Amino acid sequence: MPSKTTQKSLLQYIGLGLFVLALLTFTAMLGLERYQLSEEDLIDTVAPDPRSVQDGDGEAASTVSAGSSGGTSVQADDAPAQEPVTDVDPKARLIHEIQGDAFREAGRERGLFGTTFGSSFSFSARVGEVFEAAKVRVNERVDRLQEENALPEGVSEWDIRLSDPIYFKQNLAALTAAAERGPVKNNPVLFLGLTIGLGLLGGLLYILPKFRGHAGIKNDHVYHAQLTKGLNLGWRSFFLGVTTVGIIGYGIRYMASDWFWPAVTAATALAIIGLVMFVQHSWRNAPARAADPAGLSAYLGIFAGTYLIGFYVLLYWAPEHVAPWITMVDPLKQGLFGGVASQWFLYGVLYTLIILVMGVRMIAKYRHNKYQIVRTLSVMFFQTAFAFIIPEILGALNKPQQDLKNIWPLDYDFFFGWQLDQFQSAGALGTFMLVWGIFLVIVGVPLMVHLVGKRWYCSWVCGCGGLAETMGDPWRQLSDKSLRAWKFERWIIHGVLVAAILMTALTLYSYFTGAESLLGFQTWKVQKWYGFLIGAGFAGVVGTGFYPLMGNRVWCRFGCPLAAYLGLVQRFQSRFRITTNGGQCISCGNCSTYCEMGIDVRAYAQMGQDIVRASCVGCGVCAAVCPRGVLRLENSSEDAGYRTVPERVIHVSEEEGVVMKF
Amino acid sequence: MHVAIIGNGIAGVTAARWLRKLSDDVRITMISAESDYFFSRTALMYVYMGHQRWEDLMPYEPFFWKKNRIDLLRRYVERVDTNGKVLHFGDGGTLAYDKLVLATGSSPNKFGWPGQDLRRVSGMVSAQDLDNLEEITPEIKAAVVVGGGLIGIELAEMLHSRHIPVSLLVRESSYWSNALPPEESRMVSRHIVSHGINLRHDTELAEIQDDGGGAAGAITTKTGERIECQYVGLTAGVHPNIDFLRDVAELELGKGILVDDYLQTSVPDVYAIGDCAEVRNPRPGRKAIEAVWYTGRIMGETVAYTLLGRPVAYDPGIWFNSAKFIDIEYQVYGEVPAHGRDGLTTLYWEHPDGEKSVRINYEESDGRVVGFNLMGIRYRHEVCEKWIARGTHVEEVLQQLGMANFDPEFYQEYEAEVVELYNRQTGKQLQLRQKRGLKAALQFLNFKRRAPRATATPDAQ
Repeated sequence: MPSKTTQKSLLQYIGLGLFVLALLTFTAMLGLERYQLSEEDLIDTVAPDPRSVQDGDGEAASTVSAGSSGGTSVQADDAPAQEPVTDVDPKARLIHEIQGDAFREAGRERGLFGTTFGSSFSFSARVGEVFEAAKVRVNERVDRLQEENALPEGVSEWDIRLSDPIYFKQNLAALTAAAERGPVKNNPVLFLGLTIGLGLLGGLLYILPKFRGHAGIKNDHVYHAQLTKGLNLGWRSFFLGVTTVGIIGYGIRYMASDWFWPAVTAATALAIIGLVMFVQHSWRNAPARAADPAGLSAYLGIFAGTYLIGFYVLLYWAPEHVAPWITMVDPLKQGLFGGVASQWFLYGVLYTLIILVMGVRMIAKYRHNKYQIVRTLSVMFFQTAFAFIIPEILGALNKPQQDLKNIWPLDYDFFFGWQLDQFQSAGALGTFMLVWGIFLVIVGVPLMVHLVGKRWYCSWVCGCGGLAETMGDPWRQLSDKSLRAWKFERWIIHGVLVAAILMTALTLYSYFTGAESLLGFQTWKVQKWYGFLIGAGFAGVVGTGFYPLMGNRVWCRFGCPLAAYLGLVQRFQSRFRITTNGGQCISCGNCSTYCEMGIDVRAYAQMGQDIVRASCVGCGVCAAVCPRGVLRLENSSEDAGYRTVPERVIHVSEEEGVVMKF
Repeated sequence: MHVAIIGNGIAGVTAARWLRKLSDDVRITMISAESDYFFSRTALMYVYMGHQRWEDLMPYEPFFWKKNRIDLLRRYVERVDTNGKVLHFGDGGTLAYDKLVLATGSSPNKFGWPGQDLRRVSGMVSAQDLDNLEEITPEIKAAVVVGGGLIGIELAEMLHSRHIPVSLLVRESSYWSNALPPEESRMVSRHIVSHGINLRHDTELAEIQDDGGGAAGAITTKTGERIECQYVGLTAGVHPNIDFLRDVAELELGKGILVDDYLQTSVPDVYAIGDCAEVRNPRPGRKAIEAVWYTGRIMGETVAYTLLGRPVAYDPGIWFNSAKFIDIEYQVYGEVPAHGRDGLTTLYWEHPDGEKSVRINYEESDGRVVGFNLMGIRYRHEVCEKWIARGTHVEEVLQQLGMANFDPEFYQEYEAEVVELYNRQTGKQLQLRQKRGLKAALQFLNFKRRAPRATATPDAQ
């Protein structure tokens, strides 16, 4: 019977079933655990006794740059939190005494201890109550100490007082982890097998049979499938709008109710919308294509997008609710590298495995195309070795966990004070990391982009690009090709680049002068907001969560400041271009449709223009899907700009009639 | 001046675009009954297979037409009054013009087969054909496609993508053997069969049988064989859409609309371009009607100059074409006759996998290279064209052959094998001197050392 799906073998259906089962288990396991906190665990977490502090908290204290995610690292709160403790520190002792007592009393009063909570939500809510009660007690004690002038020398009241509950988040996650009881805690390896293990097996069973049959372009039913057909402009805008408002709204809470930077962001967003729509006349004069499917469609895509968005929100901003996931990968961490797993280890494991499995899929799909095979193997290698294994080993050796292929400004905290201090205290290796990172920014990027285009990074090395090219490949066709989208792209991505540069300039100013602010802008707040908005919100939640809604390169196209930098070099100073083959283009549109960066490749190809675009990541898929052999990625020392004029399909010249002139 | 263009295909659209590029004053109206906007006809198959959406076939965003002041009319032209210079539409309206361009395209051939007008029998040329096929697809358990040409294999691939068993009837003993040389033709035949399409060589359609409800239910071949099917695709070539012009006074028609060297018809101020035009004096080796995308485009551009009083004679240039046969890409440059000709020598190299080949045709007498035929390998258009235009000696071409290679990076290069084959066949000792690479090609083409052929402003920024 006729059908609008690709044919699958029984084995593939089994694989699909196993994968769904794994996903269900993965989701459901968050609700399996119960939470029960002891007094000791509470005190050890929130206000440890400095006399009995052990040295096992390295993982928690060192800020993990989630190298595996490229730029999506979220830094531990470096706001008014407690300083690292030393044995005889009077401040730590005071914290232990005052906060410890307050939490103990508040916990008893609110019935925190001995109660078994059925979910992380009820547990967190109760801890929140305890925190508020403890805060009142601490304030009373500190007030009294101040009246009595009994604060020790060098200890400020703000060291002792509890601040906004948002700064208690990290402790909350640690408390949940300590309080966790239940099947996952008892059998982490079992759940590891049932989720990640089963998912891997299912995925491979589904993917490996794709190597059978004919090699060639495999895009049948992409626009028939509920997972990959995408949404029309209205629904896309709706999801994007809701997510953006949600992120900025939560951002106010994240900044402890300081709405200044969220307001600046919202105003900037409105300004860009105004610029594109009204100043550049996109509203009336250049409406975008209908871009169906009409109405609400692509249910599986919406589900996938929502799931991914939810995953990132939990991972970044509510890790207290994913304790079972972290518990599950703990044996893996201990067995392979030693130490205690954090949410970033969980993320690194998932990220790497997804790139590997979906990389196999990419290779199966494009196995007739050697460029795609080599490129995919490259991103699989760089993710596994550079983003995952090497940083883990460095961490195990107590060295800075630097991802050596991550480059500022994507690696936005590279120049943060704590990071620079860490490099300098890590001996020759740390110095190398610092010099290497600066070298990449100043010499590596321009030189390599000049020689081969920005693709050397974006679609061969980068972790974000790696995920986009593997897991994201099924959705590459969903990028918006309209002129309007291009206008948005240029304002937003260069805006992020400017923001990254200003933020880093402020950071370095503070680092070298010791001043905490400039012109009234507090450095730590700027850093915190940038990390929240760009590092987590844009790169993670929107960047990956919107794969099934707006294509697989939302972050790379609209947000990545490194891509903007690479793109400027590519646009003005590179040998790289996509050449078009004379007059062979038939304007079919496959190149534009499958361009993940939303470049309207056809617009150039049908005029015989070579393509030199800042955003092109050189994935080579346009050339692969072209049915007429029109496009080729090339590097040449010959001037690229010259061939970007439209001329080559043209066979008519008025002076000479229709002649080919060589 | 008001130029009316009937038809919004590649020929008509190219004419409109170039009119606007060359003149700010001319008023341009483009009329089509088929679709609101220009779309890539050759890409209809990708919509059916789910590779693209309908709107992805439109090379220009809707604002393009307004911005370039090209008026679009979705009307059906019923009658052309060349004396009064007025178009009469099917709904009764009229449109006055100063100059008229006929770019009406073509329709699938029907050769008077019994049952050819039944339901579930169609070609695959227009947007309506696509809609129709989509609508009846649920009824199709098996399909027959008649005709071993470019559209036939596309239609077979389309139906195959929906898991419908397809029989492809080809009159000749291998696929498209009146256009492809025998080796390439057999290669494509093998490829079709390997994809599970029931390829029937030496088979002709005799009759399409009614299923009792006015729709196709089966076909019989000329040998009397019966094949059950609920859909019959007719893809045995196309013919110009000229029926509505039959009673236009003074308009000379042949198979198509007869035009002179300047694409002008026998009626003043009426021009014809694209699939519907029949050139009175075709160039040597060329056909009077060439229903391909590229000639439509060249004609559209040429006629724009002529319309504006800057007459330019139509020259199709050196022949080129391309296609894709399921997974095998095909490119041709210059003279590659299916059955060769006297004095023409051919060097044919085929990869052991049987899905890639290079054919180089040259004159036996003086070694001038005249044609290239590529299967599964991409060659640069301009480089091949320049070699052909200059009559470069085949041995010079062979030594530089890598320069023409346009395959993606990391793809294996086979040019050395081609040279080796030539050496074996001729006893020569040639060496391949040039590998694949843009730089050599650009130097060969004298880039940077000559002015661009035309420097018009881009359509839309």
